Amino acid sequence: MEHTIESLAHEHHAGGGRKEIYRVTIILSVFTVIELVIGFGMIGMPDGFLRSFLKGVIVIFMLAKAAYIVGYFMHLKHEVRNFIMTIVVPLFLFVWFIIAFLADGNSYKNLRNNFDRHHKESSLEKAPVKEEHGSESHTGAAE
Amino acid sequence: MSTVANTPKLWGGGKSPFNIEYGKVMMWYFLMSDAFTFGAFLIAYGTTRFATNGWPDPNEVFRSFPFAPEGVHAPLVFVSIMTFILIISSVTMVLAVHEGHAMNKKGVAKYLIWTIIGGLAFLSCQAWEWTHLFHEGAWWGRNPFINADGSASTSNFTNFFFTITGFHGFHVFSGVVINVIMLIMTLMGKFDQRGHYLMIEKAGLYWHFVDLVWVFVFTCFYLI
Repeated sequence: MEHTIESLAHEHHAGGGRKEIYRVTIILSVFTVIELVIGFGMIGMPDGFLRSFLKGVIVIFMLAKAAYIVGYFMHLKHEVRNFIMTIVVPLFLFVWFIIAFLADGNSYKNLRNNFDRHHKESSLEKAPVKEEHGSESHTGAAE
Repeated sequence: MSTVANTPKLWGGGKSPFNIEYGKVMMWYFLMSDAFTFGAFLIAYGTTRFATNGWPDPNEVFRSFPFAPEGVHAPLVFVSIMTFILIISSVTMVLAVHEGHAMNKKGVAKYLIWTIIGGLAFLSCQAWEWTHLFHEGAWWGRNPFINADGSASTSNFTNFFFTITGFHGFHVFSGVVINVIMLIMTLMGKFDQRGHYLMIEKAGLYWHFVDLVWVFVFTCFYLI
């Protein structure tokens, strides 16, 4: 059978249907709520292993949400495999992209902290308490 | 001889190897390039954050809520409402595409209207948040918020925030415009004449991408 725009428009792919839409909606909402609960739990938590770990958990939920949106809402999961590959394979560049740039930023910070004393000391200096309207929570002693 | 006789079937044309319409393929590739643009922005933000000793605490910065009394402390509340608005508008867009498959003009129009309302609600929330931050003294090049450890901050924080949420908001805005055009075309019966609602699917891809980007922006700026 020849493929025309009409035949492609009415082609019924696997999956879809309202049930699947509602299921994915619930999954996305639950993931968002979990992220927010972790976010609330992290308020005021000191830097350290636990905080970094929770950030990692949030990132995993973020990626899962992205996968559900792309796979089901954007229907990519039900497309032809070769087409999926033309989208997904280039995105693997992000793996290098993220690791390389974040590592570079981190290394720049460490080099500056180790070899530029002025930078390190001035970046640790406390900020002068300013009287800024609207930022009352910082300035307990405002007048 | 036999292989030569077999090949014309595959190479004779008339077959779509990806089994989707050309416009949809191109929309996907456009969105992929857009994903790299957003990715570059967010990675630049991440690099700067990794290269900086102190950074403002998002729970201190984004703590306000419309119509709440001064000094109220509600971190994450407003932005979670924005997030749910965008998720729900994405769902109504899927439902519009779904009705399009069934050639149900009324259903498509109904869900498109809901999607447009969701988009406008998100934009209003963002407008309020930007206005509020502006009145607190934050803008490109100006950062009134001190770092979480009490040290003085630079304007990197506000520069990245306004640039990236602004670029995303611009995408939401263009998505709303596209959806309005789709609604007008639907109501005029353009897609019934064509015999298919493929245009709604392409607009839908764009709209879901806007939601997808917000998942990343929301996580990177407000949560971690």
